Amino acid sequence: MGHQQDAYFVPSKSYWPIVAAVVMFVTVFGAAHWLNAQPGEEFFGSTTLKIGVAGILLMFFGWFRSVIRESLAGSYNSQVDRSFRMGMMWFIFSEVMFFGAFFGALFYARMYSVPWLGGEGHGVLTHQFLWSDYAAAWGANGGGGPDRIGGSFQTVAAWGLPLLNTLILLTSSVTITIAHHALKAGHRGKILVFLGLTVLLGATFLYFQAHEYIEAYRQLNLTLQSGVYGSTFFMLTGFHGMHVTLGTIMLAVIWLRCAKGHFSKDHHFGFEAVAWYWHFVDVVWLGLFMFVYIL
Amino acid sequence: MNNLSFWILPFAFALLLSTLFMPGGGPAGGWTMYPPLSLQGDSVAYVVFAVHLMGISSIMGAINIIATILNMRAPGMDLLKMPVFVWSWLITAFLLIAVMPVLAGAVTMLLTDKYFGTSFFNAAGGGDPVLFQHIFWFFGHPEVYIMILPAFGLVSEIIPTFARKPIFGYKAMVFAIASIAFLSFIVWAHHMFAVGLPLGGEIFFMYATMLIAVPTGVKVFNWVSTMWGGSMTFETPMLWAIAFVILFTIGGFSGLMLALAPADFQYHDSYFVVAHFHYVLVTGAIFAIIAGSYYWLPKWTGRMYSETWGKIHFWSSVISVNVLFFPQHFLGLAGMPRRIPDYNVAFANFNMISSIGGFWFGASQLIFLGVIIHTVWFSKKKATDRVWEGAKGLEWTVPSPAPFHTFDVPPIINDDELAHGHTDD
Repeated sequence: MGHQQDAYFVPSKSYWPIVAAVVMFVTVFGAAHWLNAQPGEEFFGSTTLKIGVAGILLMFFGWFRSVIRESLAGSYNSQVDRSFRMGMMWFIFSEVMFFGAFFGALFYARMYSVPWLGGEGHGVLTHQFLWSDYAAAWGANGGGGPDRIGGSFQTVAAWGLPLLNTLILLTSSVTITIAHHALKAGHRGKILVFLGLTVLLGATFLYFQAHEYIEAYRQLNLTLQSGVYGSTFFMLTGFHGMHVTLGTIMLAVIWLRCAKGHFSKDHHFGFEAVAWYWHFVDVVWLGLFMFVYIL
Repeated sequence: MNNLSFWILPFAFALLLSTLFMPGGGPAGGWTMYPPLSLQGDSVAYVVFAVHLMGISSIMGAINIIATILNMRAPGMDLLKMPVFVWSWLITAFLLIAVMPVLAGAVTMLLTDKYFGTSFFNAAGGGDPVLFQHIFWFFGHPEVYIMILPAFGLVSEIIPTFARKPIFGYKAMVFAIASIAFLSFIVWAHHMFAVGLPLGGEIFFMYATMLIAVPTGVKVFNWVSTMWGGSMTFETPMLWAIAFVILFTIGGFSGLMLALAPADFQYHDSYFVVAHFHYVLVTGAIFAIIAGSYYWLPKWTGRMYSETWGKIHFWSSVISVNVLFFPQHFLGLAGMPRRIPDYNVAFANFNMISSIGGFWFGASQLIFLGVIIHTVWFSKKKATDRVWEGAKGLEWTVPSPAPFHTFDVPPIINDDELAHGHTDD
């Protein structure tokens, strides 16, 4: 606590913001170019994309390194700590809204657009004139839409791998909470074990999810192109998987920081932020398990 | 983080504008990006990524604003003592965090529909193009309040200053902003009355939309009541603020007409809508921003602007803006559709009047540019700390221009210095 509590913390000047803006621009410009490239001409776009992604990784590394240094130097008073907490909470709220858009699309497709195409409600004329032989049903092939886009497919059974993954994520929530309690009590060995377990559980989850995707593509013919069913299935679970990946990486970083002794009993915002994020990812999965797999 | 959200913007704009120079041209679908039209052309990916960048920028800026307002107030600055302008920003920031990710989701679906073969908006695959409109307007309606709420805040600072009275009904003003923000989440489909919604949806969204008139009416009433019996002077910021109250109310009334679902089938996608949203956004949001610029210009630069030229700018703008947008009401009611390059000759006269107003209004803003250049570099008249006789609030207690890192330690709050006086009375 180098500063007095009643003075505002004024951060030192930093180049990271403009660096971040530049690398983000390079990344998306490369990605857009790549998406539009003719076959055989992808080189420029994909290279630009790779340079951008590498730049983003470097930027995150550098920016977080300076934040960690400031934190270790004790520059952050309790007011800054509260600001960080609020920032993280509102960030998670924005993520909730992002998933909300995709859940909204799922509910809309299941409750409205697919039944309407099958002739329910005010969709009766569309049904009669365009696709009079289409029988609306969710999953199986009904979700493939009237034109059977993506061909026949089967859905992933909820009570196999997805159930296992649910249990894995729920267990990881427990282990991270144990680690948090250990942190508050100051048992570093216990923290490292349980936080390490959490990282491993996250990685296992990702392994099983990859396995599930491969099986869906190879054996069930369930692909991203399988009509609105495939779209919602892969976009929801895919974005969730990306968040688990990010969460696992963050947990691993936190594990390293714990091993180096960066956190103290009452000064460990970085740990809590990642823990919150992990719980958020867990809750999203419960929603997915419920509405994508079971129902 | 604020710095990053600023730096992202020029790059995001560059990305968006670069599509204009690409083969296939700029984005096909207009700002609402409705599929399937918006999925034509190669610019989709650029647009989507530009929207992502701007979304990230907005969310970071908004998180910063919320954390600053909730956490870094000076001791003694209770939430219900904050200036209305700060309240309006707090609520705007909340709206931004809530809806920008939803837009990001919607454009991501556009991207995958175009490049990865998903069927979110493709009826042949079980999706629905109207789904995009629902998600888009769930973002889009709060978005228009994101544009107008800070304007409400600005006007709520300026009117008390020049009426030399505390704002009338401070708490009512705050609650009105909050209820407008809440209602903004449940009215999105009023942009889609003509798209073929179920009857129940039309009725719900019609009534929910009309409810917004209540808190907005509270605000207009309170601004007028603040002026009532005040010892008013009409410096340039006040003129703009009064014009805001009157012209924004016109835009509000045409909004109420549009909110009626049966009537909207006639008005939909006509110039009446164009007139409506220009009255709320140009004579609303932009007038308030100009009012705010004149109001704080002496504080920013340390010099006074030319009152004469400010007034010339005001009168020229306020007359020309009505020449520009008022005839569009008639055009719309007569049936002229939006977004067409060519139209029936019957509409030519009103369009000519509107165009004259348009060029005139645009040229008037050159006066504004001149006033600012004059203030920054040539004005001889130094601004005092207080600047305006009736100005209340922390920023008027420091020198003009404000020093770098205005307050190193939290300042002491004196209740008499607040724009709305004591809140406990």
